[in-house]
Amino acid sequence: MAKVTFDESLCKGCGLCTSVCPKKIVVLKDELNAKGYHPAGITDQSACIGCAFCATMCPDCVITVEK
Amino acid sequence: MKVFEKPQALTDAVLHYCPGCTHGIIHRLVAEALDELGVTGRAIGVAPVGCSVFAYNYFNCDMVQAAHGRAPAVATGVKRSDANNIVFTYQGDGDLAAIGTAETVHAAARGENITVIFVNNAIYGMTGGQMAPTTLPGQVTQTSPYGRDVSKVGYPVKVCEMLSEVDGAAYLERVAVNNVKNVKAAKAAIKKAFQNQIEGKGFSLIEVLSTCPTNWGKTPIDALKWLDENMLPYYPLGVYKDKTQNAE
Amino acid sequence: MSEKVLMKGNEALAEAAIMAGCKHYFGYPITPQTEVAAYMSKRLPKIEGGVFLQAESEIAAINMVIGVSSTGKRVMTSSSSPGIALKSEGLSYLAGCDLPALIVNVQRGGPGLGGIQPSQSDYFHATRGAGHGDFHMIVLAPSSVQEMVNLTFKGFDLGDKYRMPTMILADGTMGQMMEPVSLDLGEVTKYDKPWALTGTNGERKPNIVNSLFLKPEELEQFNFDRYKRYAEIEKNEVMYEEYKMEDAEYCIVAFGVAARVSQNAIDEARKNGIKVGMIRPITLWPFPKEVLNKAADKVKAFISVELSMGQMIEDVELSIRCKKPVLLCNRTGGMIPTTKNVLDSINEAVNYGGAK
Repeated sequence: MAKVTFDESLCKGCGLCTSVCPKKIVVLKDELNAKGYHPAGITDQSACIGCAFCATMCPDCVITVEK
Repeated sequence: MKVFEKPQALTDAVLHYCPGCTHGIIHRLVAEALDELGVTGRAIGVAPVGCSVFAYNYFNCDMVQAAHGRAPAVATGVKRSDANNIVFTYQGDGDLAAIGTAETVHAAARGENITVIFVNNAIYGMTGGQMAPTTLPGQVTQTSPYGRDVSKVGYPVKVCEMLSEVDGAAYLERVAVNNVKNVKAAKAAIKKAFQNQIEGKGFSLIEVLSTCPTNWGKTPIDALKWLDENMLPYYPLGVYKDKTQNAE
Repeated sequence: MSEKVLMKGNEALAEAAIMAGCKHYFGYPITPQTEVAAYMSKRLPKIEGGVFLQAESEIAAINMVIGVSSTGKRVMTSSSSPGIALKSEGLSYLAGCDLPALIVNVQRGGPGLGGIQPSQSDYFHATRGAGHGDFHMIVLAPSSVQEMVNLTFKGFDLGDKYRMPTMILADGTMGQMMEPVSLDLGEVTKYDKPWALTGTNGERKPNIVNSLFLKPEELEQFNFDRYKRYAEIEKNEVMYEEYKMEDAEYCIVAFGVAARVSQNAIDEARKNGIKVGMIRPITLWPFPKEVLNKAADKVKAFISVELSMGQMIEDVELSIRCKKPVLLCNRTGGMIPTTKNVLDSINEAVNYGGAK
């Protein structure tokens, strides 16, 4: 069972992670983080396959992936 | 089990880079390589002038900040002081291929046993988007507002191709960080460049094609596409030199 | 152990550096200091851990010096005037990073490519404008081959003690002439360098050698603190030598080869009953301001003897606060003042204002 977590406080809302998710479950949220960005998050944890593509493309080490 | 987390060789400092700037990915790849090879404790990095000047705050190893373009000379001193040091420079295109061309070429010619991470994003980022030695023909920047006119300002410098003719260079590879596949290949190249140093094989340089969404005037995702469509044809990826196979 | 050997100034300086524990040399050929590099290229590879490297440029050489210095080891480079100008960038970074290093300038005539004969016309560069920003180097001016040796040894010590670059400001004469020297230099003092880049070994936080401070208040504080150290140096490290100053009515101020010529002129003038003496600064920064200012209460006039268009004369005037006239006796472009030149200036001083 894969699990992906986002440290939203570090996210700059660049969206690179959203562009590579094969399951299209990584999205930018509507709300703002403390930096004023729309942070990335996951819509359906159960659909995550733990491929870590999102984390691979993240420039800010926001994402941790467990499997 | 964690399959992906921040490497130990990065500090907890929050990166100052603009949203979507791929410097952050390249920092992480360098840190992963140091961790996986178990050399963070004897690594000494040389930070450049430019956007990545603050690399000294991000890598969890001893760091020295060099004058613009001089990182390979400073790295030479650090390495010659103690061959056990694992020495790397992290330099941008203006730093390495304009003001520091001589230091780059001669460190390669001497076969200095160091690792050079060369980040090519075809623009001067820190100063606000001026023409770089690697700016593409026709590319609009703050100081080439009508597009780079090669008849007046000449052609971009292809660093890997140029250094491939330098006998002292041991390993030269151009990679990119614009998609997952390329990032994984970049990681392998960077790790190899450090492995070469550990084995005493000489000068390794990895040119990493990187984005600058802010100064290119693109969204981060469009910048990845722009790199793919414009930089890759001009700067083909691949290994430009590998003397390490024959080296004892 | 005070047996003397006959050595050329440049080679004696190089040997003294090795005796001071310097095992790393980076340089680039330029007349009239090339013997330093040539000597090091012979000696250092024979010493365990010794590194001689001929760099691709003066700029690369000074940056290699920065690299070694940041790891905490003693290191040096040498050059002559036009080459030293190229090193200016690195001198400023050494100062800004609080790194010690020994830089040798065996001066030749300028500006531009100038000439290859002796000069002292980099005085301003060494004491005023060695690079951009607020900083000083300790500047030592030898006037014999023995002093080339002693001041090199001392220069490394001062650099480590105060964490800053030290310059040996020699003129071409000092580099090229041969004299008997003693290499009995005593023990090397070791300094703790907890700031040095030696690898964290995973046992401590990373050390960072850096001169960038984007917050102006932070940079200001670093400069304030550095200048507090400079004030200590001005208090504790001034070196000079007096010659026949006890009864002097006229005071020559000269360093390097100019001091040697002046000494002859003083002996000649005294045969004619003119009471003239000399204060020879050995540290050009810190400059011996106090001793000159005290002398100004005794003597009638000063003569600054220089191989330049008159650069040190400004420090003489500042030191004595214009209490007495200061005459300039100078040759430039590679010419050296003769004894007669200096005697003429002494006579000019005697007749200054039409009275004795």
